[in-house]
Amino acid sequence: MSTTTTSDNNSSTTEARTKNADSIIQIEGLNKWYGTFHVLKDIDLDVAKGERIVVCGPSGSGKSTLIRCINRLEEFQEGSLSVDGVALNEDIKNIEAVRREVGMVFQHFNLFPHLTILENLTLAPLWVRKIPKKEAEATAMEYLERVKIPDQALKYPGQLSGGQQQRVAIARSLCMNPKIMLFDEPTSALDPEMISEVLDVMVELAEEGMTMLCVTHEMGFAKKVADRVIFMDAGQIVEQNNPHEFFDNPQNERTQAFLSQIIGH
Amino acid sequence: MDNTFTPIEARKPPSSAIGPIAWMKESLFSSPVNTLLTVFFAYIIIRFIPPVLDWAFISANWVGTTQDECTKSGACWIFIKQWSGQLLYGSYPEELRWRVNLALIGLVAVVVMQFFLPQHLRRRVGWVSLLVYPLISIWLMYGGLGLETVSTDKWGGFSLNILLAFAGILMSLPIGIIWALGRQSQMPFVKVVCISSIELFRGVPLITILFMGSVMLPLFFPAGVQLDKLMRAFIAITLFQSAYMAEVIRGGLQAIPKGQVEAANSLGLGYWKTMRLIVLPQALKISIPNIVNTFIALFKDTTLVLIIGLFEILSTIQAALQNSNWLGGHHIEGYVFVAFVFWVFCYTMSRISVHIEQKLNTGHSRS
Repeated sequence: MSTTTTSDNNSSTTEARTKNADSIIQIEGLNKWYGTFHVLKDIDLDVAKGERIVVCGPSGSGKSTLIRCINRLEEFQEGSLSVDGVALNEDIKNIEAVRREVGMVFQHFNLFPHLTILENLTLAPLWVRKIPKKEAEATAMEYLERVKIPDQALKYPGQLSGGQQQRVAIARSLCMNPKIMLFDEPTSALDPEMISEVLDVMVELAEEGMTMLCVTHEMGFAKKVADRVIFMDAGQIVEQNNPHEFFDNPQNERTQAFLSQIIGH
Repeated sequence: MDNTFTPIEARKPPSSAIGPIAWMKESLFSSPVNTLLTVFFAYIIIRFIPPVLDWAFISANWVGTTQDECTKSGACWIFIKQWSGQLLYGSYPEELRWRVNLALIGLVAVVVMQFFLPQHLRRRVGWVSLLVYPLISIWLMYGGLGLETVSTDKWGGFSLNILLAFAGILMSLPIGIIWALGRQSQMPFVKVVCISSIELFRGVPLITILFMGSVMLPLFFPAGVQLDKLMRAFIAITLFQSAYMAEVIRGGLQAIPKGQVEAANSLGLGYWKTMRLIVLPQALKISIPNIVNTFIALFKDTTLVLIIGLFEILSTIQAALQNSNWLGGHHIEGYVFVAFVFWVFCYTMSRISVHIEQKLNTGHSRS
């Protein structure tokens, strides 16, 4: 009995592979409940290597939960999810393997306040990748240059502005040299004048070909860099399309209502 | 091009807002009730402080060796002076007291080093001394390996209090951390074991645990096996304070935002690394005042071992008060002295805790 199940799984994975040779994230029939509340309903999603996806939708639609499933910060009850060929299941080894390759940027930065900026950046390379300290620090400084705050390396997160902290958070994820970057509303907690400095860094990253999934309300960013925009409502993917079609010619009425609301104000 | 932003220069506050008179107005005489309280406490100070000073210093007896030389009306400090050896070392053989001294000096050195060593050595030296110092001090106190053995029933006085407190602190912190982590564990078995042991030791008075340790525990040992009385007291105190420590640390753990764990996990750090590198450093830091509070309580609780017949400082004082040469009623001197010694130590501990807090402050909020 169990053998059949395994071979079934295998064949379905191979099928998915052949369907899209360079897909890096495969999500099939994903369902998640918080207690009795059905947050994610039958999500199917294939993300190609180098693809840049923007996920939008009203609050409570499950978009954050969805991308948090990808690095298993949230568990799900049904369906399958594999990242770069590794199936996410109960196996903690698999989970940690996926997390090493998937970077995540949070709404509230979540920098480690007791460590300096440089220590924030080198922590995971040192303890997870076991990279020598000198090398890790050199890489960290490189990424701090790229997000344009190398002079803050020895300060603590509490001494930086929100925009600077978020750029540090991006650099911290990049130091692990991830294959995929997840952004969970990275600019929602920022003061208006700081949003663009974070978006600039993200645009740059997108232009370098990083695979990105980004939950955001920044529609300008979506138009500029996204290959695909996904609209979610009530735990379902309602509509997905390239940004041009998505913004100019939305098909679903809920999408239309959502877009008119955020663009209208 | 004169549109650069120049902030307005700060002006000095008006003279009515600063200076000693403003301070007095503000803090001593700001309202009729405050004025009344100020006058009342000024009276108390003037009425009671001079007699106390007179008793303790001016009319006190400092010189001499026997009770009969206490002729002045004040305190008879000769009593304390004559018993000081006992009060510090108990019945530890006089010619071997240098070993206790050495252990105590070592303790001070270990603590002081943490403040004066250069940053890069501090942590390494700290860990080494934490592992090595207890072994050396036990060897010095107990003997063996070339030193004359001094059995634990001879240990006593204030050095015993310090020893019990230090050993208790050293053990209760790690046990408390493990219990606190276990209490939050996802594994039901670990969780149940931790919660029930914490609640057991927290819900019982220390005296009860001490009695249990000294009277009942031996019943459970096979015949012939005997656990040292001091050891039993030490285990009892440690378990009792560990339970409190666990709750203190749990408070710290719960104050750390979930985002910290999520950020660490998303970087690929596993449970133990996340705890060790991210959660515990922050949780322990915010718990420092409460941890030190528990340490101070532990230190003071070491006097309770007198009820199972260990001669720490308080029971030594009681023994001294019953001595036929000193029956002149020196209770006040004795207890004032013990109180003073404990106050000095506990106050020092709390000052050290404030110092550590300031040093660890990395500015969570922007300032």
